[in-house]
Amino acid sequence: MQPASQATLEFLKLYWAPLLCGLAVVAVLPLIAGYVVLVERKIMADMQARLGPMRVGPHGLLQPIADAVKLLIKEDVIPDSADKLVFWLAPVLSVGAALLSLAGLAIGPAFQIAQDINIGILFVVGISAMGIFGIVLGGWASNSHYSLMGALRSSAQLVSYETAAGMALVSGLLFAGTLNIKSIVEAQREQGMWFVILAPVAFFTYLVASIAETNRAPFDLPEAESELVAGYMTEFSGFRWSLYFLAEYTNMIVVASVATTLFLGGWLRPFASVRWLDFLDFVPPLLMIAVGAYCVLRVPKQPSRMQQWFMLAVAGLCIALALVLAMPVIAPVLKASLREAAKPFFAGIHGGFWFLLKVSAYIYLFMWLRFTLPRYRFDQLMRLGWHFLIPLSIINVLLVGVAMIAGAYFHLHGWWLLLATTPAALVALVAALLILAAEKQSETRPDRAVPSDFYAG
Amino acid sequence: MLDKVIFYFFAGIAVGGAVLTVTRRNAVHSAIFLITSLLATAGIFLQLRAEFLFIVQIILYVGGIMVLFVFVIMLVNLDVAVRQIQFARQKWVALVIALALAAQVGLMLWSSAKMPGQGLPVLTAAPANQLPLNSEEVAKSLFDSYLLPFEIASVLLLVAMIGAVVMAKKRT
Repeated sequence: MQPASQATLEFLKLYWAPLLCGLAVVAVLPLIAGYVVLVERKIMADMQARLGPMRVGPHGLLQPIADAVKLLIKEDVIPDSADKLVFWLAPVLSVGAALLSLAGLAIGPAFQIAQDINIGILFVVGISAMGIFGIVLGGWASNSHYSLMGALRSSAQLVSYETAAGMALVSGLLFAGTLNIKSIVEAQREQGMWFVILAPVAFFTYLVASIAETNRAPFDLPEAESELVAGYMTEFSGFRWSLYFLAEYTNMIVVASVATTLFLGGWLRPFASVRWLDFLDFVPPLLMIAVGAYCVLRVPKQPSRMQQWFMLAVAGLCIALALVLAMPVIAPVLKASLREAAKPFFAGIHGGFWFLLKVSAYIYLFMWLRFTLPRYRFDQLMRLGWHFLIPLSIINVLLVGVAMIAGAYFHLHGWWLLLATTPAALVALVAALLILAAEKQSETRPDRAVPSDFYAG
Repeated sequence: MLDKVIFYFFAGIAVGGAVLTVTRRNAVHSAIFLITSLLATAGIFLQLRAEFLFIVQIILYVGGIMVLFVFVIMLVNLDVAVRQIQFARQKWVALVIALALAAQVGLMLWSSAKMPGQGLPVLTAAPANQLPLNSEEVAKSLFDSYLLPFEIASVLLLVAMIGAVVMAKKRT
């Protein structure tokens, strides 16, 4: 017993901080995912000129909690002919992979659960790719045709688009020269600009592929209601279903964070190395104060007493956040000796703000696309992946490599590197147009016998 | 002590998963246990501080090959296979080969314990913070010391890929 307890102690001594952070993530993420769902419903309502959820809490602010309670107390149904163990395992796998991949992400220079892993971005991508087993096994274990079809579709889709996403990441990583997440962001600071400017084609490819990988519209084929009921989730209900839902929204956060880290400068504020733009540091607290002031302004418009108090509470929360965000900016002005002490704190808090802002913007883009574009057909989806995105991303890796060699040859640094990368991006664009033209031609050819695709629906 | 606990944990899972892989009747269950076994192997790689190998194992074997395995298992009707005899009738040959292998490994371990320097190389443990970065080391050995074999292997893979495409395209 002695050595075992000693080992446990040793383990706890080494890893207590990451363990606590991991627990916090597991505890808080369902709440965040719930509110992302609420935001999505509100945005959808806004785009469709409706109000969206309004009943539970002021402006439906308590809706996610009501939803969660409903899902938790629902009857747990397992189909009779299902494979019980795999049916139990599948949603857990999905959620586990999604949550585990969050561990590798860095929200700010100081906020990272698995500190400084050398393979950083590969870890995030590789672990989150394992979530596909949850989908495939869940579809298989349900022992239902709709589920199986949905699972086959989604696994085919994920495997196809992972290639394109991986190639897009490679183009970005070529500029960074490292896999470590912190070093990637630092490389963007040294470069003086975000990699999205250097590799716009790669960012575009990653954007499309990441939408397909998270199974979101317009690529939400696995869940095409009109054809497959709810795809692989058909037989799942209550808590198990909500686990799948949590996995989906966590995956959204993960791909948004990867894109933010690699292409959008991670926790750096816009133009982090330009001194005369330092006033941007005042944006986070000012933004929070503005939101709080708007809430106060709206208080008289609320219908009931309760809602007015709630609105005031939200305003108070915003002001408190503004105070926290303002501290690093105000403290050096008040007292010079505080400047050095505040520096790490400063980077951490504001880094977190910018990172979350960019992640939110990316997720907003997802939602925007979802409510704008109609769903693809399965064969169109496959053609887009294999005939367009994968060739384009491979060509782009090649061109980015050539641009980097040219940049090194002519000693181009900073913004001068654009002289090499912009032509490369333009050539990639021309290649994309050529591919599209060739696709169109082969589509309209009359003698082409289209083989039936038996898992197309 | 902690290292030993972690090693035996992963090793136990890997061996147990491998045994269950070949004894399960249901092909999907076998695949799940194979995944477990591969993941445990990845854990051992990670414990040896070969983090690049760890993630490559997960991305390629678990995230790539096993997904295709499961895909094929679900597409192909396996009801016939379930009713057949599970093990082929080569168990005596297999037993002899397994015993020979075990004897070899045992001899190796025995000789390295008896005569230091003769059997397995005994390396002193390096402190973790002084190890070279794993992915950089792999890249250096692939693209520097072993460039030609690497290129030959990639050409072979390309040939295999083109062959697969040609075979898939052939209309009967």
